[in-house]
Amino acid sequence: MSISLDQLAIGVSATISAVGGDPELRARIQAIGLRVGRRVAVIRRSRYGGPLQVRIGTSDLLIRPQQAALVELETLE
Amino acid sequence: MKRVALLGMPNTGKSTFFNRLTGAAAKVGNWPGVTVDLLSAKVLLGADMVEIVDLPGLYNLHGFAEDERVARRFLEDNTVDLLLVIANSTQLDRQLALALQLQELGLPMLLLLNMSDEASRLGIEIDGERLAREMGIEIATVSAKHGHGFGKAKDAITRLLSGSQPARKADMSKAFADDDALEHRLDALYADSVRVPLTSSDRVTDRLDRVLLHPWFGLPLFFLAMLGMFEAVYTLGAPLQDAVAWLLEMVKEQAVAPAVTDWSPMVRSFLLDGLFDGVGTVVSFLPIIVLFFLFMAIVEDSGYLSRAAFLMDAFMSRLGLDGRSFVMQLMGFGCNVPALMGTRVMRSRGLRLLTMLIIPFSLCSARLQVFVFFTTAIFEPWAAPLVLFSLYVMSFVAAFLTALIYRSRLSHAEPLLLELPPYRFPTGTQMWLRGWREVTHFLREASGFILLGVLLVWALTHYPSDLEPASSGTLAGQLATLFAPIFQPIGIDDLMTVALLFGFVAKEVVLGAMALIYGAGDSHLAGIVAGRTDWVQAYSFMLFVLVYTPCLSTVAVLRQESKSWKFTALAVGWPLLLAWLLSFVFYQGARALGY
Repeated sequence: MSISLDQLAIGVSATISAVGGDPELRARIQAIGLRVGRRVAVIRRSRYGGPLQVRIGTSDLLIRPQQAALVELETLE
Repeated sequence: MKRVALLGMPNTGKSTFFNRLTGAAAKVGNWPGVTVDLLSAKVLLGADMVEIVDLPGLYNLHGFAEDERVARRFLEDNTVDLLLVIANSTQLDRQLALALQLQELGLPMLLLLNMSDEASRLGIEIDGERLAREMGIEIATVSAKHGHGFGKAKDAITRLLSGSQPARKADMSKAFADDDALEHRLDALYADSVRVPLTSSDRVTDRLDRVLLHPWFGLPLFFLAMLGMFEAVYTLGAPLQDAVAWLLEMVKEQAVAPAVTDWSPMVRSFLLDGLFDGVGTVVSFLPIIVLFFLFMAIVEDSGYLSRAAFLMDAFMSRLGLDGRSFVMQLMGFGCNVPALMGTRVMRSRGLRLLTMLIIPFSLCSARLQVFVFFTTAIFEPWAAPLVLFSLYVMSFVAAFLTALIYRSRLSHAEPLLLELPPYRFPTGTQMWLRGWREVTHFLREASGFILLGVLLVWALTHYPSDLEPASSGTLAGQLATLFAPIFQPIGIDDLMTVALLFGFVAKEVVLGAMALIYGAGDSHLAGIVAGRTDWVQAYSFMLFVLVYTPCLSTVAVLRQESKSWKFTALAVGWPLLLAWLLSFVFYQGARALGY
């Protein structure tokens, strides 16, 4: 079973396995750094369903839960 | 002349490098094929004058944001001798992608690994020579902010330009090569040349974020920071402005007036009350503009604006906007015009138009002038900052109300994808350069406008010339009488109505117009206004000035950016109606309560 980025617990990191969405949105998500094979971690969530602060390598990014849901993660069992 | 195009992702220190390379000489200009103005400068490199063009920041050369299109079109339609690609050394895992895409264009290229100071602080090791060898391009390591490696980078640029290769336009047919292949190359290059320690995040930033993005304290701290900034501008700016006004009055009384005593009364009045007061109005704004943008440079360059987006997005998305709209709205507090142009990063037209509709409510530095003057003239020193703060609050109320009303009409589905850069403090040079650019920009763009506005008011208040200036018989007086049924219910008298009419041209004109209408120099105006106006009238007037039609420059940019007269009409008409309604409710309410 795989989970998406919006479901990842704070402080846990995982590897991106796929990025969904329409081609333009997918290209944007990848261009800003959320590429398949990269490790990503959630640093914090904004209150009231606001954006997530995620960390890719040395970069911190803001992404809304709706778009984070398009980022699929490999789960480590 | 040889031409260099400067490219890079946002937050790479591109502007800082551009500033270091070009100094204060940069100018905004038009380019073939490109619909937006780009900053460029001519600098002497070696023996040749070289033109450096600062292209907008972009993540993806193949992307479809307007900035990405602009960069592409520029490279297709203009010959370039060298691509100067700037990357943030601490984020090469992301940043090399753009460099690789640009390399596909086949133009001579120099890759600048910027922020080398931050990289070494984080323990990131980059084998620049190996990276250069494997990529097959030249690489220079710099810290644009502190100047390390800048000399070498400049030498490299000069050397690469001295080659005999003719300048070329980019061939974009090759540019759409497989991005997946580039990605594999990126991974290989990165693994070979960059070594990142296991824990490489910025400790100071992490610690600051724990407080500044705190679930409970984040927002109060944000509003406190904004209030603090405006208090600082207010307390530092007011005495400076007084000094400038005093100096201007001295020059007028001691130098200009005696020199023109023999001239005919009409010409004398035109020179002293029209031209000189017009120039004086322009000059008296300069200190506060510099001050304002010194502080704005800190807020912007520190990375705090992205934090504002984080804190505000949950709320803004409910208004049909996003955190970036809020950032642009904040930028609007400096000047609405660049903030409106900044909405270009938003791809969804609906979101962009909605953001453009709310930005003109941001209390810009021009309106601040009017409010600083009124709060000082009418209110007690302890109350003045609070009154000013309440106007900032009203600015947000008007914007959010507008967003709520027009949200469904200008719907959107724009994603939020933003970087959260580490906290940085701009250098003094960066701050001053920012202040300097804003002032020269203001002088170039606004001074003619303001002068014209003031002269127009002078003409209206002095014609017919046999009457007392600004009396009811003059053109201005007649106009005010015509509009009286509209303005009386909101406590704005005939003379102030005339000032409002010309505030449409530019908010900067309002004070100059009042000085003329009341026949006073800038230094006497406060006393006269205080004598004629009570606080309820003054506040109603300020509310109206805050909300009603943005200045002509803003209208021009609204039209330019939306490319729609219908939208422009909406963006002018709606605020006018809202301004009247708000002032009406306040004025009648306060009077009903016995004030």
